[in-house]
Amino acid sequence: MSDTVGAPRGPQRGASAHGGHGTEADAAYQPVFVGETRAKLEKLFEQYPTKQACLLPALWMVQEQRGWISERAIGEVAEVLGLTPAYVKGVVTFYTMYHTHPVGRHFIQVCTTSPCNICGAEDVVKAFLQHTGCGELGATSADGRFTVIEVECLGACGFATPVLIDDDFHESVTPEGVPALLQRYK
Amino acid sequence: MGYPHPPHPKETVVLSKHFGDAEARTFEGWVTRGGYEGLKKALGMTPEQIIEEVKASGLRGRGGAGFPTGLKWSFVPKNDGKPHYLVCNADESEPGTFKDREIMRWTPHGLIEGVAIAAYAIGSERAYIYIRGEFTEPWRIMSAAVEEAYRHGALGGNVFGTGKRIDITLHRGAGAYICGEETALLNSIEGKRGNPRIKPPFPAIAGLFGMPTAVNNVETLAAVPHIILRGAAWYTGLCLGNPKSTGTKLVSICGHVQRPGNYEVTLGTPLKEILYDMAGGPRPGRRIKAVIPGGSSVPILTAEEADATIFDYEGVVAAGSMLGSAGMIVMDDTTDMVYQIMRLARFYAHESCAQCTQCREGTAWSTRILERILAGNGKPEDLELLLDLADNMTGKTICVLSDSCAAPIVSGIKKFRGEFEAYLKKLRQPALVAV
Ligand SMILES: Cc1cc2nc3c(=O)[nH]c(=O)nc-3n(C[C@H](O)[C@H](O)[C@H](O)COP(=O)(O)O)c2cc1C
Ligand code: SF4
Ligand code: FES
Repeated sequence: MSDTVGAPRGPQRGASAHGGHGTEADAAYQPVFVGETRAKLEKLFEQYPTKQACLLPALWMVQEQRGWISERAIGEVAEVLGLTPAYVKGVVTFYTMYHTHPVGRHFIQVCTTSPCNICGAEDVVKAFLQHTGCGELGATSADGRFTVIEVECLGACGFATPVLIDDDFHESVTPEGVPALLQRYK
Repeated sequence: MGYPHPPHPKETVVLSKHFGDAEARTFEGWVTRGGYEGLKKALGMTPEQIIEEVKASGLRGRGGAGFPTGLKWSFVPKNDGKPHYLVCNADESEPGTFKDREIMRWTPHGLIEGVAIAAYAIGSERAYIYIRGEFTEPWRIMSAAVEEAYRHGALGGNVFGTGKRIDITLHRGAGAYICGEETALLNSIEGKRGNPRIKPPFPAIAGLFGMPTAVNNVETLAAVPHIILRGAAWYTGLCLGNPKSTGTKLVSICGHVQRPGNYEVTLGTPLKEILYDMAGGPRPGRRIKAVIPGGSSVPILTAEEADATIFDYEGVVAAGSMLGSAGMIVMDDTTDMVYQIMRLARFYAHESCAQCTQCREGTAWSTRILERILAGNGKPEDLELLLDLADNMTGKTICVLSDSCAAPIVSGIKKFRGEFEAYLKKLRQPALVAV
């Protein structure tokens, strides 16, 4: 991705987001790739001719456990796969789904590309911003519960407006349906 | 069928027969419905026989480019001693397109069969299915199906007791439209940024990990077991007069229609029948203004042009657009064409991988000009400037994302110029706040 609009990194927010390390540098870093996770990765190595090919899967494992991918985690991934941290960082920042800063407990992605846009997607975004208390795109609500972003086509254009909340895919979301939907995410 | 709607009598239901039928998702359910017979039959054929059958069927790539599938497989060298790879493109991110998602959600074993047959045909013992990161549900369903297929001996080191090895690995994308471009996808699997590669070399010669590779779309591969089982002649019989466009095509239809969804039609069906009979036409009291017939990357058609279009590869070209992925975006008379064209340009600007100047600068600059027109600050020469930019963005870059951004802009200005001029002449309230 070019560094233009809408990527889910946004300005840094949240207690531990100061250039990605901050508080983390003070606390001892707990490695991700130990125990079961390590075993899962090792098993994946068998399915690719290079370790580097496990980079995207490894980054997903980090994000699943930690909610975002910190500088320290980038360092760990680099070490585990025999790459340099700078290289890993270059890859992380290319893909919009990897968070390089902490985000709310529930991450809400609303499609606003043309097919959904003409069906009222921007009103759905407004409803999310209002009812989550986030106020603006990319911001995390004061209670740390939600972050809302606009995303490009989610591949479900016949079900406008599709919304991805964490790993749950919701179809045909309307502004009126937003409050009830949010109830399910504490 | 017109999932999520009941099948329409004008549909030809092959791939979508079991959409909405959750039992078809399981191995047993799939076998009960005649599943895995295609793969078993293929394993009794030689790779050459499979390739010949697929060639004879006339099957063309359903991912957008329409390249003949059998021919593509025949380019992969034989007995060269190198590992080969079959890669299934399940990145489905082209605005307007949502068919591969349903194939994976409802008929995961049908896709596994198609992948396995293609892998065997090109001499690949390991196949990868690259699924876009946002497809969380298809991912879960495909993962469960692959696991089941291994358990039942449909994958692994001894597929159905034939001694042949076919392994499938699912690979999750992480948010990047450009990774749908086949060489960007290969880089992404290799653990790199998703930048498209300069071609040649083509993937058939040097693809994944530098090895001979075939990349095929989900829908293309899902059609293969049917062709193997029922024969090429059956497939070429699914044709409405144009022998270059055979078989069925899933049409994703969205936007301002009464019944958005996926409809499966024989290629050559009049577009009008898909739009009005199957999808129910415009909402009450509305009139259709524009149709983008093949995903957001193809030229926009006016309603009149769309009504006269024969929906097959050549027919849509004759109408002035392209069949692309067959993601049909319908816009009625409430649509602000300038705004939506800006929104598409913004999409391409966001998704440009930024390695070609014409694309990186052109997509961003076009977006800014369209935004300023919408904010009421357009300059009289802006339309000419947009066309000039579009010209510089077409046919000059490593991949066609740049051309794709130009397509709606050029066709939009040509066909809906009045709407642009209304903003320029301040006959219309600004739709955006100036920044
Ligand atoms: C920018 C761009 C995005 C693309 N996205 C997809 C996609 O999401 N899915 C897909 O199957 N093909 C996509 N394609 C087409 C692929 O490059 C390739 O042609 C296709 O996967 C080949 O499979 P097929 O021959 O079975 O159609 C895209 C092409 C470009 C230039
Ligand atoms: S045309 Fe655009 S997306 Fe394609 S390779 Fe060039 S910069 Fe990247
Ligand atoms: S445009 Fe919204 S899902 Fe495709």
